[in-house]
Amino acid sequence: MSLKDKACIVGVGETEYTRGEIQTIMRLVLKASRNAIADAGLEPSDIDGFVLPGPFTIQEPLAANLGIENLRYSIMIQMGGASAVTSLQTAAMAVSTGVAKNVLIPFGWNGYSEMSVSKREDPREKIPPRENAMSEALRNYYAPYGAFAPMNHYAWIAQRHRQLYGTPDEAMGQVALACRNHAQHNPKAYMQGKPMTMEEYLVAPMMSDPFKRFDCCLETDGACAVVVSSAERAKDLAHDPVYISGIAEGHPYPADDIPNRKDIFKIGLNFAAPEAFAMAGIAPHDVDFAEIYDCFTYVVLLQLEALGFCERGEVGDFAQSGKLHHGSDLPINTHGGLLSEAHVWGMNHVAEATRQLRHEAPLQVEGCELGLVTGWGDFGDGALAILRR
Amino acid sequence: MSEITKPIPRRENLHAEFYDHCKNHELRFQQCFDCGTWRHMPRECCEECGSFNWNWKPSSGKGTLFSWTIIHRALHPAYKEEVPYASVIVEMEEGVRLVTELDGITHDELELGIPLEVFFEDVAPDVALHRFRRVD
Repeated sequence: MSLKDKACIVGVGETEYTRGEIQTIMRLVLKASRNAIADAGLEPSDIDGFVLPGPFTIQEPLAANLGIENLRYSIMIQMGGASAVTSLQTAAMAVSTGVAKNVLIPFGWNGYSEMSVSKREDPREKIPPRENAMSEALRNYYAPYGAFAPMNHYAWIAQRHRQLYGTPDEAMGQVALACRNHAQHNPKAYMQGKPMTMEEYLVAPMMSDPFKRFDCCLETDGACAVVVSSAERAKDLAHDPVYISGIAEGHPYPADDIPNRKDIFKIGLNFAAPEAFAMAGIAPHDVDFAEIYDCFTYVVLLQLEALGFCERGEVGDFAQSGKLHHGSDLPINTHGGLLSEAHVWGMNHVAEATRQLRHEAPLQVEGCELGLVTGWGDFGDGALAILRR
Repeated sequence: MSEITKPIPRRENLHAEFYDHCKNHELRFQQCFDCGTWRHMPRECCEECGSFNWNWKPSSGKGTLFSWTIIHRALHPAYKEEVPYASVIVEMEEGVRLVTELDGITHDELELGIPLEVFFEDVAPDVALHRFRRVD
């Protein structure tokens, strides 16, 4: 059996995306969750399943705060920024088999106030390290040699790609500019009202070569949530259902160490993309838009190749052709993405794709029928959802 | 207030064995006793043949530059005075790759494939880290 069109995204909601307005993570998650549940036309007590992307939200207090007496299914997904899209797969499995009826997928954190990268790496801040798939490599083989954060680790992949294929800075800039331009239309975007030119992008300070300042995503506080129900139930809910037509997760090998991959450009999405496209029965160029996980600009370029929009090494030309902007062939991150809307582990990409397919997005892709959402997390885990109206 | 020092590896599991050799200024990697496959990071068994038997075999110490990033924004306070510095990946003759730092190479000289060899720096009484420098 395939998961094709068995489950739908029926509700989306979020908090405001801010910096420094401290609220507990639980409060953020509850606000976004209640918004998403109301958007679906459901009551909190209708939720009977949780898929929890990442480590920050615990099921028991979440259920208690929402008044969910009968929680029939709950699971955590630990794939970093790929967790949001992977959660759609797990939720689709749960609702299509009847394990749960309505699954809530909430993500929230104080990504600026409590968890900014510069704070996490400063021992004076005393932020306890989290044990995860990356911990052993990080503390034994990367950090003792000065490489602390994703900005450094992904830069190794980007640098080799760039050296081999000559990708120009302007191609990375096209990703940054598309996100920034699209954010100007989005009242929720942290970067609304702050447009950027290619010149401003190019002269920004270097962070971890080849990543300059505007190649790196925002750090924000906030939460975003979606609700997934079976395709049958979705027909009776508040909005036109958005169908999960193709869905897959993928992991690079080995997933816990970047340097020792035979092919360092083979990321999780290389495994996930063929499966999700095959499930949906479409080709990459059939989609009307793409919400691509954009923790760093070059990570978007690597994913465009992994998705099959162009051959390996050709993404520089692909990006520079202007295709990535609204009004062209493949608008990306129509809300502004992590680079210019907010960083909530890509849950905002799922929410935006859903609104696009309902035809209620602030920067609407006219007449869109089909879109994709990717996730990228940890050391290159990946996931792909093909969504349709 | 004590000075903030750079992070050093944790003494844990097989990783402690890798760094015990580094302490003696030896770069050794696991080589499968049964099929001869080299591996790094250290792991419990061979991905090729499943054997739990291995030797810590000496590396030739020679490799080539596989990739790098020049870090301009220090994320750890102990690196504030170091920036910009290069964090690099070296591909060893044995086929395994490791993250390290370079000595005596300007950032302008960095290019894929330049030949490198290992040396060690004692960074704490019982900890030595590998470094690489250019060979021609």
